[in-house]
Amino acid sequence: MKIKQISVFLENKSGRLAAVTRLLAEKVINIRALSIADTTDFGILRLIVDKPDEAYRFLKEAGFTVSVTEVLGVEMPDRPGGLDSGLSVMAQEDINIEYLYAFIGRSGNGAIVIFRVEELDKALQVMKSRGINVLNADKIYNL
Amino acid sequence: MYWNQRYECLNEEELRELQLERLQTTVKRAFFNVPFYRKAFQAIDLEPGDIKDLSDLQKLPFTVKDDLRDNYPFGMFAVPMSEIVRIHSSSGTTGKPTVVGYTRNDIDVWSELMARALVCGGATRRDIIQNAYGYGLFTGGLGVHYGAERLGASVIPISGGNTKRQIMIMKDYGSTVLTCTPSYALHIAEVMAEMGITPYELKLRHGIFGAEPWTENMRQEIEKRLGISAVDIYGLSEVIGPGVGIECQAKDGLHVFGDHFLVEVIDPVTEEPVPPGQLGELVITSLTKEALPVIRYRTRDITSIITEPCSCGRAYVRLARFTGRTDDMLIIRGVNVFPSQVESVLLEMGGTEPHYLLIVTREGSLDSLEVKVEVSESLFSDKVRRLEELEKRLHHELESTLGISVKVTLVEPKSIQRSEGKAVRVIDRRKL
Ligand SMILES: [Zn+2]
Repeated sequence: MKIKQISVFLENKSGRLAAVTRLLAEKVINIRALSIADTTDFGILRLIVDKPDEAYRFLKEAGFTVSVTEVLGVEMPDRPGGLDSGLSVMAQEDINIEYLYAFIGRSGNGAIVIFRVEELDKALQVMKSRGINVLNADKIYNL
Repeated sequence: MYWNQRYECLNEEELRELQLERLQTTVKRAFFNVPFYRKAFQAIDLEPGDIKDLSDLQKLPFTVKDDLRDNYPFGMFAVPMSEIVRIHSSSGTTGKPTVVGYTRNDIDVWSELMARALVCGGATRRDIIQNAYGYGLFTGGLGVHYGAERLGASVIPISGGNTKRQIMIMKDYGSTVLTCTPSYALHIAEVMAEMGITPYELKLRHGIFGAEPWTENMRQEIEKRLGISAVDIYGLSEVIGPGVGIECQAKDGLHVFGDHFLVEVIDPVTEEPVPPGQLGELVITSLTKEALPVIRYRTRDITSIITEPCSCGRAYVRLARFTGRTDDMLIIRGVNVFPSQVESVLLEMGGTEPHYLLIVTREGSLDSLEVKVEVSESLFSDKVRRLEELEKRLHHELESTLGISVKVTLVEPKSIQRSEGKAVRVIDRRKL
């Protein structure tokens, strides 16, 4: 159920993001989802890819600062308020969300939301018990 | 464990008395036998009789490396050549080499100091000491050799190089102590790993490494990979060679053999002594050297004095781990800044092998300092908040360590230039 997310440290200057995507393309690694959090000086690129272990290795070999973090991928109903219901559940259970980002999958009919939380196992349990569709890793990698 | 408990654990009063008596003798010897010192003293109207107290040390003029070069080769010797039994010399990679001489008594003292140092570093007479310092004009090889013989250990005078043979001998002879430069110790560890030899196949238990600055990180790396306890030894040929100071097993600063050397740490610009704990340039005065007494010799090495007593019971002051050379020092808004201070902050914050760059710029008449820090995996987090905290903490720690305001920028790995494998630490854009 836990998905491996690749995070890459990037300086805020042009061409850095492209350097990552170019490398992954060369290595035939497909990006499923991508989000960038940035400040004035630097950014953190977060990636969900089909082959996270390989992606980690290639990026590291290319000299990037990379880390692997476990996150949750949740399918939300693709209708107004869909995300809100998921978030309320987390709030009710006091689960602190570090960050999240969403994307629309190719198959299925919902938006997929990636959650980064401290208490991963607890979050997983809560979501399942509330009937939220937590996607397993393979499904996300192979969207 | 001491080699010479009587002299290594003198009480403060005895030590100061001995130091004063020996300082007075040294000053007289220099004044009456070395024209360079006589001229230097006379230039400031100083006579040997003016040294009445240890604090009068500060009245004495400094000696620098160029003084030794200007008097090349034997002009600084205080005894006739017939009394000299040994000559060593620095490599002379920059300009003329400096030449140092020893009387029979100097060699005797040096052997004693090295025996003390070896014991302080963990060696005993039952050890087999593999001495991989270079033998020859460089003082490392013979310095350790004489100390090891004085101690009564079995010394293997293998000198540097031929690493595979070093490792074979280490294994077959059962060497228990390794002496060499820290970078060579790491190289031995690497070759060992390539040869598929683990530390468990060796009897090695101690390492005594010096002749170049190294970090706490390197120590841990060497200790892990060779399966030993490693200490730092300090010395320089102009003063005697290795054996000026050494760490004990507490590994918290280098003990200086205070019955043979006086140490001061000064601000390299104002030349005033700095308080204990504050970084500055190490200045050494020899107390027993006959052939080549040195008075207030400016080593250009950066350290600080530790005055708190050490758990091992040795009487002398200690020097903190050496963190660079005065040549690398920057003066920014009147404050002395050493690049190595940045390194120590980064190491404390958990960065491994930190890469950083100091950029000094001047706008109008105001200097400013930017420190770029490569974000290594150990510092990185996928959370923006964490990285911002890191930046803030770095900013705070650097400002309080350096004493000036700093702009901190986190940068990607390998974005700071390396030249020929060596990192560039400073870019000074001020055109003065
Ligand atoms: Zn000690």
